[in-house]
Amino acid sequence: MQVIGAWAVPVIIGLILVMGLCKGVRLFDAFLEGAKGGLSSLVGIIPSLVGLIAAVEMFKASGAMDVLSAALSPVTDFLGIPRQVLPMVLLRPVSGSGSLVLLDRILSSAGPDTLAGRTAAVLCGSSETTFYTVAVYYGACGVSRIRYTLLAALLADGAAALLSGVAVRLLFPGSL
Amino acid sequence: MMNYVWGGLILVSIVFGACTGHMQQVTEAVYSGGAAAVEMTLTLAAVMMVWGGLMQVAERAGLTGLISRALSPLLRLLFPGMDPKSSAARAISMNVSANLLGLGNAATPFGMEAMRRLQEENPLKDTASRNMITFVVLNTASIQLIPTTIAGLRAKYGSANPMDIMPAVWLVSLSALIVGQVLNRLLAARAERRARICR
Repeated sequence: MQVIGAWAVPVIIGLILVMGLCKGVRLFDAFLEGAKGGLSSLVGIIPSLVGLIAAVEMFKASGAMDVLSAALSPVTDFLGIPRQVLPMVLLRPVSGSGSLVLLDRILSSAGPDTLAGRTAAVLCGSSETTFYTVAVYYGACGVSRIRYTLLAALLADGAAALLSGVAVRLLFPGSL
Repeated sequence: MMNYVWGGLILVSIVFGACTGHMQQVTEAVYSGGAAAVEMTLTLAAVMMVWGGLMQVAERAGLTGLISRALSPLLRLLFPGMDPKSSAARAISMNVSANLLGLGNAATPFGMEAMRRLQEENPLKDTASRNMITFVVLNTASIQLIPTTIAGLRAKYGSANPMDIMPAVWLVSLSALIVGQVLNRLLAARAERRARICR
């Protein structure tokens, strides 16, 4: 697996360049033109990233997450999501680095091969940082009215949380 | 929607910060959050330029056209009415293939390019088009074939087999992706019905 990871990027870059050479593309000129485009779209997303990440960090610092997980615990108990994993359900869509820190904490307290440890790991690996993706992609094209995007994306995140519990129970029947 | 979510997130933080006595931390988060965002863009800058440049080379070499032709059945299914030869379809194909190969870093610049191309076809410039929403929802639930970071963390805490979660990750992410796209279809149909009634 590690070998695939190490080879993938150089092989793909090599393929693109070889194909460009065969088609007589002026490689460096084309690269510079594309890189300039990449840089200008990056500048476009900075304001939305700053606004959104500041809001998420304020939310994490305010302690609202703890209150919210306490309030939601009857629901998740009913759905079979281990109580230790609940903060992950709330944090995963808003903060990528935050959920990795949280996963680290859950794995160290519950152990990696337990029901809670596995569920948290599966949930963390099977969904994306929804808010970040939405901010970056809509920031890139200057669209502000995003209609039902967040509703569909967050409901899919909810489904991922629910299914992580189910999948771990199904595939690892012995784990507690 | 984003306006309410953003405003709500901040107002809720202030209220909870006041109630739980975390006001100092909330104050610090205003600046540390902004700084974290700027740091993130700096990390992203190199990635954006490298893959933005390579994308341009691939485009001129005709590689993106080949990939979008290979993915056209999938594109037709997800984006009804889209021309598989359009520049938007080509950028979407690059994004999807980067995601499938596990190149999350490359997927983001390709995805931003796709959004800009979709914006060119969009009649209402401040409002997301149906295809834009489909594309963003697709990317909020993307499939990770080899979850290396997470397996690494499990190994750190002495897991017997850190990679044993892989089938569960595939199952859950594929199901969540399908759920997202089904909801997207339903919500798009509802929005179109409403628009027709208003007219």
